Amino acid sequence: MKRGIASTVFFLLLLVSWEAASRSGLYSPVMFPSPSSVVQYLWQSICDGTLEMATLVTMKRLLVGYAIGLVFGIPLGLLTARFKMFQDTIGLLALGVQTLPSVCWVPLALLWFGQTESAMLFVVVMGTLWSVIIATNDGVRTMPPIYLRAARTMGSQGLHTWMKVILPASLPYLVGGMKQGWAFAWRSLMAAEIFVTILTGFGLGQLLHYGRELHAMDQVVAIMIVIIFIGLLADRIFFSPWERFLHRRWGTGALK
Amino acid sequence: MSVEHELKNSSAERIEVAGISKTFTTKRRSVLALDNVSLKVAEGEFVCLVGPSGCGKSTLLNIIAGLEQPDSGQVLANGEAVSEPGRDRMVMFQEHALFPWLDVMGNVLFGLKLKPGLKDREREEVAKYYLHLVGLEKFHHSNVHELSGGMKQRVALARALAPNPRVLLMDEPFASLDALTREQLYGDIQRIWEARRKTIIFVTHNVREAACLGDRVILFSPNPGRIRAEFSVDLPRARDINSVELARYSSEIMVALKGFTSSEGREVSE
Repeated sequence: MKRGIASTVFFLLLLVSWEAASRSGLYSPVMFPSPSSVVQYLWQSICDGTLEMATLVTMKRLLVGYAIGLVFGIPLGLLTARFKMFQDTIGLLALGVQTLPSVCWVPLALLWFGQTESAMLFVVVMGTLWSVIIATNDGVRTMPPIYLRAARTMGSQGLHTWMKVILPASLPYLVGGMKQGWAFAWRSLMAAEIFVTILTGFGLGQLLHYGRELHAMDQVVAIMIVIIFIGLLADRIFFSPWERFLHRRWGTGALK
Repeated sequence: MSVEHELKNSSAERIEVAGISKTFTTKRRSVLALDNVSLKVAEGEFVCLVGPSGCGKSTLLNIIAGLEQPDSGQVLANGEAVSEPGRDRMVMFQEHALFPWLDVMGNVLFGLKLKPGLKDREREEVAKYYLHLVGLEKFHHSNVHELSGGMKQRVALARALAPNPRVLLMDEPFASLDALTREQLYGDIQRIWEARRKTIIFVTHNVREAACLGDRVILFSPNPGRIRAEFSVDLPRARDINSVELARYSSEIMVALKGFTSSEGREVSE
């Protein structure tokens, strides 16, 4: 409750000083939009459906790409952890490529796929895949071997051991990796959308880009806020419940 | 299969260790952990393996469990050769080895779920029975990290008992607990053994613990790992670890142990 008050006061103050600064006339409204004009833009774009459409387009790209990244990343991570051959090939590749900021995939994606949805998808997958592989691999490798021995004595073998022991034992790492993968995917998609116009759909990044082209600073700031909001929301919806569950079960996370 | 049927004792198993040898090779040297070790354990017998570290007693337990393979010799369970882990032989480790992603109930159910022929509801009832047996009926849905060390080992015991094995293999299960908790568990394990009549092979480096629990105490010596002596403990149950009669047995065993480990330093506690 106390914490709720602190954050409310803080953000109200931030908003008030922002409005005050824009009304003081010190800055040109073209460069420094007022919160009220931002809210006005948001309201308008919600009413005419622009914002919903853009959000939908962006979220679709993000979720599909992220899902592909997970579907390939988790099994590949399990393989690199289990087999030396995969560790020395895919594992090494992942380690190297992961250091590449995912924006760097955009030029390549453009050349390979042109201005298409596939290019967007490619960038998101590249942002997700490698960090998920590495996190899964690390999670499996840090598992205490006693779990495997205990499971074996109780008759667990093969696929059952993978699904019921190895995978859940590496969950804390896995969720960490999925969260990082999500952050990378989100950032790379925004970069890609700002860079590239695709006729099959205007995403949030594209709205941001055209805001700049049109010198509509209220639009630029409004979209930035929407992007922050979606990022926070994803964290709350997808990751927070998992993390809370893991902390409760494992008894980690003493600092709340 | 009904719950009553499942809870009925399956007959305990006879274990026969025949001429087992095992060498561990590292880059520097190779160690003969077990040198032609033979041992017979009768159905329903409680046998303690005692010896200083490196005498191969844990290795022998792992081989009986099927977790490790001997270089030569074989283990027979009721006359059949053991080559891999089986539901008839359950293991309790020194570290509780409970799964932190499952709650107490989930841990006890783990082995039961792998046992065919039971309905889920029946499995749950069996798990509840064993949690009651170890005195943890109020902790079904606790997380592992919320339990004390002694409670964790109780859950591990319930988990090992739940699939109704014929042999229980215990590898220094109480070594990391404090003295008071340990004493409680000595009482519990004897009570449960009386109730469930499993064959128990119990590894420890604590001579008094061995004398307190075992029908027989088998003494191992290291380099190479061999059986050196054997003692029968003829005291009525339940035995008290602090009783005078027990002290007589444990000092007798201790003297024998010191006889062949004097040059190795004292790694065995009384």
